[in-house]
Amino acid sequence: MKVMAQVAMVMNLDKCIGCHTCSVTCKQAWTNRPGTEYVWFNNVETRPGQGYPRTYEDQERWRGGWERTKRGRLRLKGGGRVRRLLSIFSNPKLPSLQDYYEPWTYDYDNLINAPLGDQMPVAQPRSLISGDPMKVEWSANWDDNLAGGPQLAVDDPVLKKVSDQVKLEFEQTFMFYLPRICEHCLNPSCVASCPSGAMYKRSEDGIVLVDQDACRGWRMCVTGCPYKKVYFNHRTGKAEKCTLCYPRIEVGLPTVCSETCVGRLRYLGLILYDADKVLEAAAVEDEKDLYQAQLDVLLDPNDEEVVEAARREGIAEDWISAAQRSPIHRLIKEYRVALPLHPEYRTMPMVWYIPPLSPVVDQVRDTGHDAEEAGNLFGAIDALRIPIEYLAELFTAGDTAPVDAVLRKLAAMRSYMRDVNLGRETRPEIPAGVGMTEESMHAMYRLLAIAKYEDRYVIPTAYEEAGRQLEEMSCSLDYDGGPGMYINGSGPFGEASGQPVPVSVETFHALRHRQTTDTLAGPENKEQRVNLLNWDGQGRPAGLFPERQEDGDA
Amino acid sequence: MNTLLWAAVPYVAIAILVVGTFWRYRYDKLGWTTRSSQLYESRLLRIGSPLFHFGILVVIIGHIIGLVIPESWTDAMGVSHDAYHIQALVLGAIAGFSTLAGVAILIYRRRTNGPVFMATTRNDKAMYVALVAAIITGLATTLIGAGIVADEHNYRETVSIWFRSLFTLNPDIDAMAEAPLSFQIHTLFGLLLIATIPFTRLVHMFSAPIGYLFRPYIVYRSRDARPDRPIYRNRDGVRTRQRAGRR
Repeated sequence: MKVMAQVAMVMNLDKCIGCHTCSVTCKQAWTNRPGTEYVWFNNVETRPGQGYPRTYEDQERWRGGWERTKRGRLRLKGGGRVRRLLSIFSNPKLPSLQDYYEPWTYDYDNLINAPLGDQMPVAQPRSLISGDPMKVEWSANWDDNLAGGPQLAVDDPVLKKVSDQVKLEFEQTFMFYLPRICEHCLNPSCVASCPSGAMYKRSEDGIVLVDQDACRGWRMCVTGCPYKKVYFNHRTGKAEKCTLCYPRIEVGLPTVCSETCVGRLRYLGLILYDADKVLEAAAVEDEKDLYQAQLDVLLDPNDEEVVEAARREGIAEDWISAAQRSPIHRLIKEYRVALPLHPEYRTMPMVWYIPPLSPVVDQVRDTGHDAEEAGNLFGAIDALRIPIEYLAELFTAGDTAPVDAVLRKLAAMRSYMRDVNLGRETRPEIPAGVGMTEESMHAMYRLLAIAKYEDRYVIPTAYEEAGRQLEEMSCSLDYDGGPGMYINGSGPFGEASGQPVPVSVETFHALRHRQTTDTLAGPENKEQRVNLLNWDGQGRPAGLFPERQEDGDA
Repeated sequence: MNTLLWAAVPYVAIAILVVGTFWRYRYDKLGWTTRSSQLYESRLLRIGSPLFHFGILVVIIGHIIGLVIPESWTDAMGVSHDAYHIQALVLGAIAGFSTLAGVAILIYRRRTNGPVFMATTRNDKAMYVALVAAIITGLATTLIGAGIVADEHNYRETVSIWFRSLFTLNPDIDAMAEAPLSFQIHTLFGLLLIATIPFTRLVHMFSAPIGYLFRPYIVYRSRDARPDRPIYRNRDGVRTRQRAGRR
């Protein structure tokens, strides 16, 4: 047994209202730089829907993840090592920009500089790629809230699997939101696809990262990731991905997306797993056994044997105790209400989801029945096959039994806690019916519904002795060469060449440029846009106000 | 003049290649990339890029065979002079033409596709000039050397001897001076290309990921094992707040 620790996330989909706050704050923090305009490390998809990039779940087309060979071994679905190298000059399975979307801005300048005329001047959309006027036809959440309806949603690869003849009639629709970040898999196919060995899984906390110094821009990771959560920065020519906000995690803070989630639906914590068993578990024959196999890889942090083995591997005491208090472990292993996203990709994803009960509740309520009565909900779970099968295709490779079990637990909690809240006699048979006790029902309610900050996020800090290495956090501008290194985003060998610039320095400069310029975001100087979202009211961005007579403040 | 061209220039070019590459690696790991533009356009790239790259790989192998292996060895193996030249001509012409066709497609794509053109730096343009010049003159020498365009010339008695003598630090200047003008021009363009490799996007050839075939699929790395970045240089220094100034 080789015990390793992993920072994992659980999202409670019942609480997601699809507000995209996580996406926006993530973008402002991480992908507001040139070359990443189209990149959303965190995005929120409406399901059923095509997702971002479009139809990324269709692995027959995109060839992401792993497949099991006849001899029971794992092979990259996109082909073995030799095949990868032979296609290195032109990756045949790379999504085009149109599969994501062509990013754009608006020609705001025209609003104030247009000559006097009969019509109101308009701000035309301009492509951030070519700078030309463009027609906005797609974006990262174009089919938000089922916009586009039956025409768009039918292309959802998951929906296609559920049934050939799903009618997306308004009365029959169901809908929920699926926020997605990088899964930080235990068996990451992006890492396995990287020819340069620039991608790696951190052995301390399992976060999957791209070494920007070692990446050579071969683009194989983009194909390798079945979730399409590795992106190619087209200006720097390097791959970028969700970092699980490791600078925050290292000091015990939750990720930006978690911190800013208004629905408080994200949970962060440690899990311990047996690294020796990962490959074996990822290679089980039947896809439907993958969920159980993945559960079996996770270790019980309260087991003395596991704790001993963890100590032998050098895992610190505060990490072990954090694993024992982990909300993730409770939701995944104890209550068994969280499920992995697409286990059939065999990457052992580590961002898990509590499937939403809301499609069921909505149906019951819409038919005029009591949507908090356990019997009604159980009956509806049995009757509403299409939403259940859809959820099963997302979370358990099509096996509806685990999804049924989770939804029954959620329905039981809803029903049981109503009695508590109304001061009625509680009915112990409700938790008993779903294999839980009254105590565990209360504890799960506390974790899911009350969801206190300190319960949701149990994040041990990086070791004390490693503290010195986190210096970038505190004095990022204070090093040789200093912030002056950032020369307009472009070195002598093209975009972002030259010495590495810490992210915080780059963001600092990008923000300052952006607040003090009024040029339209031409691709040459993309950091020089006026972004009113970023403008904090301080200073005078050059083009925002009319020129003053005297040369005033800068 | 001959001494300058065929003794000084080659060593300068090689020195620039070695030192320049080392410097670029130290100074610019972040810019060491293919700078792929596939995200902008992939239809033409899918034809042009493999055509060019596989072509140029064969061309490189051909150069190694022609320049490194002495004529006496192939004679000893029983390969006749004519047989050798026919295979060199056929292989060289096919590889050369596909390289040229590939680079033509790529340059056409670069010029006509707006986003790709905007992502093209001046450095890239200069590199394309040097590259195309080397390819075209090379293709010309292949045809000339085989006696199709002009008199046949056995470069293995001139250029190859000079090339090998470079590595014994005793350059055979006369051997190269005897070669026809076309070979001399191609050699100079080749040396120009070699000298500019470290300063262009061509550096990505040095990171050809052969190691991928032999490493384990999943790479683990410790948080502590980070490369020595300048950030950590003042690890033992006093943490002062010099937000604006340089050290």
